Amino acid sequence: MSLRTKQIRFMEIRRISLALSALLLLGSMVLLMTKGLNLGIDFTGGIIVQVEFASPVTVKEVRETLAEGGQQHVTIQAYSDRGVIVRLAADDEASQKAAIDAMKKKDSGVNVLRIEKVGPVVGKQLREEAVVAVAVALVGILLYITVRFRFRFAVVSVAALLHDTILTLGLFSLLGREVSLTFIAAILTVVGYSLNDTIVVLDRVRENWKELRSKGIVHLLDLSINQTLSRTINTSLTTLLPVTALFLWGGPVIGDFSLALLAGILVGTYSSIYVAGALLCEWNLRKPEI
Amino acid sequence: MLKRDRWRLLLVVLVVAAALASVFPIQGKIRLGLDLKGGAHILLQAKGTPENPVTEDSVERLLAVLRNRVDQYGVSEPVIQREGRDRIIVDLPGVEDPEAALELIGKTALLEFRAVEGVSPRVPASPERKNYEDDASFAAAEERWKEAAEQVAAVQQEMAAKAEGDDALAIMKDEKNVAYLLGPALVTGKDLLDAKTAFDNLGRPVVTIKFNAEGTKLFDKATADNVGRQLSIALDGVVVSAPVVQERISGGDAQISGSFSPAEAQRLAIMLRAGALPVPVEILENRSVGPTLGSDSIESGLRAGLIGAALVVLFMLLYYRFLGIAADAALGVAVLLVFAALISLKATLTLPGIAGIVLTIGMAVDGNILIYERIKEEQRAGKTPLAAVDAGFRKAITTIMDANITTLIAAAVLYYFGSGPIRGFAVTLSIGIVASLFSAIVVTRALLQIFLGRSRSVRLQQ
Repeated sequence: MSLRTKQIRFMEIRRISLALSALLLLGSMVLLMTKGLNLGIDFTGGIIVQVEFASPVTVKEVRETLAEGGQQHVTIQAYSDRGVIVRLAADDEASQKAAIDAMKKKDSGVNVLRIEKVGPVVGKQLREEAVVAVAVALVGILLYITVRFRFRFAVVSVAALLHDTILTLGLFSLLGREVSLTFIAAILTVVGYSLNDTIVVLDRVRENWKELRSKGIVHLLDLSINQTLSRTINTSLTTLLPVTALFLWGGPVIGDFSLALLAGILVGTYSSIYVAGALLCEWNLRKPEI
Repeated sequence: MLKRDRWRLLLVVLVVAAALASVFPIQGKIRLGLDLKGGAHILLQAKGTPENPVTEDSVERLLAVLRNRVDQYGVSEPVIQREGRDRIIVDLPGVEDPEAALELIGKTALLEFRAVEGVSPRVPASPERKNYEDDASFAAAEERWKEAAEQVAAVQQEMAAKAEGDDALAIMKDEKNVAYLLGPALVTGKDLLDAKTAFDNLGRPVVTIKFNAEGTKLFDKATADNVGRQLSIALDGVVVSAPVVQERISGGDAQISGSFSPAEAQRLAIMLRAGALPVPVEILENRSVGPTLGSDSIESGLRAGLIGAALVVLFMLLYYRFLGIAADAALGVAVLLVFAALISLKATLTLPGIAGIVLTIGMAVDGNILIYERIKEEQRAGKTPLAAVDAGFRKAITTIMDANITTLIAAAVLYYFGSGPIRGFAVTLSIGIVASLFSAIVVTRALLQIFLGRSRSVRLQQ
């Protein structure tokens, strides 16, 4: 095993990075607790109607049209000059019909592309299922890493993926983007990616573990991170390229999904080194494990 | 070439050939989810009443009636299945008008003929300011209107009081909010033989019905008893029309005229033929996508996938040059395998599923990158190209496995807890992981073996 001539001393700034992560985590938590998430109808119940008008419209016009039809509590999102997604807080048939009729009255050529209705019972159920799904996935992964690696590795990997998940949630809270069922899928994919990345680094740490005595944990981690660095960069690039394409050209239905992936992959790459690595480093400095 | 290498090459050729055979021609082979091909997904819950509770039997009859309605409406490949004790999933692919579908599924369609015992006057339309010269006359008009409305309300209250005291009587309203005091149901929809749409002599759509023997007898008596009086036709507790009986009708034919559109009349006829739902249902969830949005989604997903794949292919070529060719070929095999697996597992492709495939394109080359970086390290340590390739693969495989199994765990959880589109995502993600593991480890290796066998002096390091 040869060392590359150029070595970046990643662990030198581990305290700064840990502080930064802590700050970002705190910020996300505060956002989540105060502003909260913009939960979609999958979790709150309600109605989504996606329509395309025959001629260009503005959000303001659509809002006025719906207000004339008696629908005041609506969220309107335009995704093109003619296409809008309307979210009704009400979940009864009558409101849905009133909203569609009002838009038809304004523009007889309006085309209803999609209707989604989720009742409050199902919304509650989906919310509970999402929480259970994320919890089960985390426990499963924790078990797997404990069996394959060391317990400490499992703890720092899970810390890294919690970090990634919370920051992605925080970003969605900050931007007020909608959290739907597909967002949960995106989050679990981010969890998978984040771990994938962390494991590659930790796998190299495990391989180099026998040199812990001679080199010390700081140097050992720097060595392992440097050895896997080109892989880390290349893989995040090759994953980011298609996800960016998905975000830019994938259409309005999947836009938020791609955004979550994009954010998650970026933080996921960072956290493998500066959350998982840095935590492992500090842990071993305080309580050495041979 | 070692014997083991030859076997590996043969395996790759066989797998690729089998995949090609199952994938091409691809038209119509992939099962598309409702979000891509358009259609309605409806989740119903049976809602019992104390007199009419939800039982095993009533849910079974509910399923039968729904199947009957959907079949008559003409939906190809519908899915109507029970979920749990009292829930029913109805998937209607390719439905153009989601609202109509919802109406067809959710309406109880209980038809009743009842004698009219009393009718409240109709509340006139409220006055509008623009029709009056000045504020004073408008205020006076409003005053008159309020009085009229109060009178109507008083009559309705009186009727309600009567109905309260007599179980046989019922109050129902029509579309214009006129209340009717009605006697007991004389004939109901369960005694129907047939229902059809037709046009009356004014060209308006109507539904003609034919009673069975029992119904004919009951209808004969109902009309005979009520000649010269109003007989109401009510559907799900709403009065559709209340014509005056001109003469006794013994033939068992009747006609329902209301203010229907032709499509509404057709739906009503279907519902009457298929029968009323044995218990009312509530629509818990409904996701309907029109066919245009579905094809748009496929198009934009395809575009994003192609652009993403092109970028990844280019990156691998630029960064790894010669090795990049093998990685790109392996990526091609991985995508081919994903489609072959989707087809042979009869899995449903959804919009998030397309996203899963696009994501796979990025993650598929991860295996190659891990292997190549290892090979480079081994070469730097002074190994020959062939030895470096061997060592690189051997050392990278455990890392690749560990890194991908965790993603598989997440995908498995998604599959277990998710439904519909999310499940589609979990399926393509898992298939993608397995396919890219195979192509990174086996396909890349076979390709490199061929390349290196041809020219031992190939330089791996740029």
